[in-house]
Amino acid sequence: MPHINVALIGSGNIGTDLLIKALRSTCIKPVWMVGVDPESDGLKRAQSLGLKTTAAGLEGLLPHLVTDHIQIAFDATSAYVHAEHAPILRAHGVVAIDLTPAAIGPFCVPPVNLAEHVGKGEMNVNMVTCGGQATIPIVAAVSRVQPVDYAEIVATVASRSAGPGTRKNIDEFTRTTAHGIERVGGAKKGKAIIILNPAEPPLIMRDTIHCLTETTPDQAKITASILAMMKEVQKYVPGYRLKHGPVFDGNRVSVSFEVEGLGDYLPVYAGNLDIMTAAALRTAEMIAQEMLTGKFNPIRSA
Amino acid sequence: MDLRGKKVILHDNSLRDGMHPKRHQITLQQMIDVAKGLDAAGVPLIEITHGDGLGGASVNYGFPLHSDEEYLRGVIPHLKKAKVSALLLPGMGTVEHLHMARDCGVSTIRIATHCTEADVAEQHIREARKLGMDTVTFLMMAHMNDPAGLASQAKLMESYGAQCIYCTDSAGYLLPDDVTARVRLMRETLHPDTQIGFHGHHNLAMGVANSLAAIEAGAVRIDGSAAGLGAGAGNTPLEVLAAVLERMGVHTGIDVFKLIDVAEDLIVPMLDQQVRVDRDSLTLGYAGVYSSFLLFAQRAGKKYQVSPVDILIEMGRLKAVGGQEDLIEEVAQTLATAKAKKSAVA
Repeated sequence: MPHINVALIGSGNIGTDLLIKALRSTCIKPVWMVGVDPESDGLKRAQSLGLKTTAAGLEGLLPHLVTDHIQIAFDATSAYVHAEHAPILRAHGVVAIDLTPAAIGPFCVPPVNLAEHVGKGEMNVNMVTCGGQATIPIVAAVSRVQPVDYAEIVATVASRSAGPGTRKNIDEFTRTTAHGIERVGGAKKGKAIIILNPAEPPLIMRDTIHCLTETTPDQAKITASILAMMKEVQKYVPGYRLKHGPVFDGNRVSVSFEVEGLGDYLPVYAGNLDIMTAAALRTAEMIAQEMLTGKFNPIRSA
Repeated sequence: MDLRGKKVILHDNSLRDGMHPKRHQITLQQMIDVAKGLDAAGVPLIEITHGDGLGGASVNYGFPLHSDEEYLRGVIPHLKKAKVSALLLPGMGTVEHLHMARDCGVSTIRIATHCTEADVAEQHIREARKLGMDTVTFLMMAHMNDPAGLASQAKLMESYGAQCIYCTDSAGYLLPDDVTARVRLMRETLHPDTQIGFHGHHNLAMGVANSLAAIEAGAVRIDGSAAGLGAGAGNTPLEVLAAVLERMGVHTGIDVFKLIDVAEDLIVPMLDQQVRVDRDSLTLGYAGVYSSFLLFAQRAGKKYQVSPVDILIEMGRLKAVGGQEDLIEEVAQTLATAKAKKSAVA
């Protein structure tokens, strides 16, 4: 079957979970895994799964881009590192799917706006954050019924599922998620809160979405819209489940979801990995299809 | 216990932790009056922020009467000697908030994480140091980590630049020996120049006793609130602690009677309900639950016709950490459903 070769940059939790999912794809093929620590579990696992690996960072991958026909790269490093990678990948004609909160390219939350990205020929697409992927669809489900003045999300994740990149730059999470709530979710103002809980056994990712609607919420329509959106998300993250609500109180709409992962890399509690990696994979597959059908041919300038 | 000759810095939290029982609705005038009273009583440090810290204004925790910036700009110019601190919880407050607070005249920043998550504060601690602020950190819910674990988290915070690290008993769960063990090991582990602080809640009426244990073990900054105004059964009542310390020969620089007047004449008339050890707040301390869950559990209990005690105990069983207020309503509903099923069977 024709496919597009891809590289995964970043061998932490997200990169490794993504690798395992990408191996199941029919239109993309993971060829390289890039890390900075030769001892990292992610690199070792990639090697055992037959990928080529380098612990020399992006530098280690560049000489192989052409020979190995790498056309798409997932970047799961950190916001600061991706800011350095982005122009290099672009110059080499490699489309970047950015899983960091760097937010250099336009946001993509597949069930809300994947279709908008089709045919745009974007060289860099940003996946917002795990909390954003888990909540922005619901903000959009409310705002497509009636205007949302303010939307706020609270993402609670197991400590073990938050890697060092997330921890070092937690402000980027709150900032980028808030922007995504506004730009993709359609709320006039967005706010994001993240909580790390170290409980053992680890808790499953939990997300609460609070929306304040401009006028009295249409309860029936909003409930139906939220449930329909949940089904859309479940198409790629089956463990995305309604836990509580929607609760209506004046102009407030509150609803909580639980995100159970497939347990591809970290155990099922780390649904925050799945929702991010599954969304990134879906986005990459859309871009790969465009490449395979000749609608998108990125050009090397370097 | 002999604490004679020791010097401690008492830090008032009534205008920050006290925002919880006031549902973040303290008026600007009340803030100014209390802060001026504390200043005149010689309290060296006063915290002013939303109860959940900078950026806490939210549906989840409550919208305050005024923004952090309005409170800080409104109060700070009135103070003669006292310095003002602001609380910041990474994950909610950001480096931008930190800059805002400093621009308003905040001199001490207090960066708080759960007792096992110190590394999420690295960027904020480093930035605060770069700005030349007095950089203090909190290890919240300190009962959820053992002394060795807490000391190693404190060491991490120290490595990022924290100048004073608090053992923070957010649930009012610790008993004096627990405080001694934690503070003592922190003292042995940290650099001698790094200060140690203790923040207590009075849910088991241990606020004063725990503070004394902390001082004996090496803490030099102690939090309290005038009239105890704080989450749960309140913070360590600062005027009581000041009086006890004076009798024990500990230097605080505080005029005890002036502080008592602030508590009695300014704080007590502000209360919407008594802040004291009662059925629900005692449960917080007994079950090891974050003190600011109290009002949320009471509201959810009323809405779903279940006991706040049951809600709080379940929150403790679920090992909820600070900030998980959004879980309370779900827990209440689950308990209500279980109760309905049980009565249907019966």
